[in-house]
Amino acid sequence: MIVADKKPIEEIIEELGAHEKILILGCNECVTVCEAGGKKEVGILASALRMYFLNQERDVKIDEETLQRQCDHEYLEEIRDKVDQYDAIVSIACGVGVQFTAEKYFSTPVYPGVNTCFMGATEERGLWTERCQGCGQCILARTGGICPVSRCAKRVLNGPCGGSSDGKCEINKEVICAWQLIVERLKALDRFDDYEELSPLKDWSTDRAGGPRKVVREDVQP
Amino acid sequence: MKGNTASRLKKVLSAGHLAVTSECGPPRGSDPEVITKKANLIKDHVDAVNITDNQTSVTRMCSLAACIRLKLLGLDPVLQMVTRDRNRIAIQSDILGAASYDISNILCLSGDHQSFGDCAQGQNVHDLDSMQLIQTVRHMRDDGKFLGGDEIKRPPQMFVGAAANPFADPFEIRVPRLAKKIKAGAEFIQTQCIYNLDKFEEWMKLTRDRGLHEQVYILAGMTPMKSAGMAKYMKNRVPGMDVPDELVKRLSDTPKEKQAEEGIKICIEDIQRLKEVKGVSGFHVMAIEWEEMVPEIVEKSGLYPRPEV
Repeated sequence: MIVADKKPIEEIIEELGAHEKILILGCNECVTVCEAGGKKEVGILASALRMYFLNQERDVKIDEETLQRQCDHEYLEEIRDKVDQYDAIVSIACGVGVQFTAEKYFSTPVYPGVNTCFMGATEERGLWTERCQGCGQCILARTGGICPVSRCAKRVLNGPCGGSSDGKCEINKEVICAWQLIVERLKALDRFDDYEELSPLKDWSTDRAGGPRKVVREDVQP
Repeated sequence: MKGNTASRLKKVLSAGHLAVTSECGPPRGSDPEVITKKANLIKDHVDAVNITDNQTSVTRMCSLAACIRLKLLGLDPVLQMVTRDRNRIAIQSDILGAASYDISNILCLSGDHQSFGDCAQGQNVHDLDSMQLIQTVRHMRDDGKFLGGDEIKRPPQMFVGAAANPFADPFEIRVPRLAKKIKAGAEFIQTQCIYNLDKFEEWMKLTRDRGLHEQVYILAGMTPMKSAGMAKYMKNRVPGMDVPDELVKRLSDTPKEKQAEEGIKICIEDIQRLKEVKGVSGFHVMAIEWEEMVPEIVEKSGLYPRPEV
């Protein structure tokens, strides 16, 4: 899923400036799972803002809405009839949702209420960790199912680097060395000999480096 | 080991001598005298001088400019290049720039993570990794071509080196990793600082068991300890460093004013011992901000005078 984290409320308040009619817009997908932008968090943020504006003796209307997804036209259309009632939207979906909302409602300011962090997994409640950077050319078959692009601080394709110590990364003793995991997994798969295969230079043109990407699937297009 | 370079380091090694290299860290400023002064302290006692590339990710004068200065003084510099700060365009371009001054040695590294340095908020590049950098230099030299396939007019002639850390984890891949660097095209290796000699000798044995010592020149990395404090710091704070307790104790048991002298003594003893290890082709003496001690270490280790080649 896409993992996001809450923005400090002070930052959101600053974004909102003098707006007086605000819609807090949540999303039922990834950000709900990572407890940053679902219905519950919409409620919490709305209450916090109401209290803040009350203390400031400002009459600001704060409404709540949570869509099934903010990255699909279909669900975003559900608020079309009421968008005109607001002079700002705070989207607490991921950056995709914020942008898709802004594209659709072109004359309404849309502010981000979360920081979108990475594509990751829930290790346990309250702990999410990165697994994928969407490089567009998956190499997991070669690396025992563990991704050095997203999990190595130097995205070393022929690792580990000299900074791996006790299975931990040089940047932080709490970060597991991805290449330690890859070596262990290759051994478990009885593929340790593959370690000595050189990984070729990666084609990063399918990564961020190649510019904004798109996937076109004519087979499923209407 | 094919390839035609004017590397003095390569000539010393291929003639069968134990080579001696050292390193100089460029200054945090633009004063050229800093680097030439350091180099002049050691030039008669070493075959080649590594110039570090923004080591520990602290911004300094660039390695290439410092290497050019040494080359113009008649020394044989080893251009250290990390993949942290350059993409494949910059890497190839810098290699050609170095080659235009006939800088004939390169050490291919990934580089410490930027979080250690003065630009912790910066991006890192890592378009290539250190193995792929080795492959890139060999491709440019041996095939005379850019990565993009076009021909290079006057290709670089460089003796290609890599680092090895016999002490990093997991230990079981330390020798396979060396094999991989050789496969990528490394011709010489400069190791991480060696303090745990038993472990290094075990690594060398495993290296010999695979015949790797016949495919690459291995220069043992030696860094004298200046004090018990430095030994403790290296033991506890520097990633991938293996400093045995006995060494820390020996220095701690030495009166403070004699610790530096004791550190030099230990370094010389270690070199004497490792000179006898089959497969060790020389020493890389990294006296960090203590370059003036290199001549004494080299002389007392029986590695002076340096051979004429």
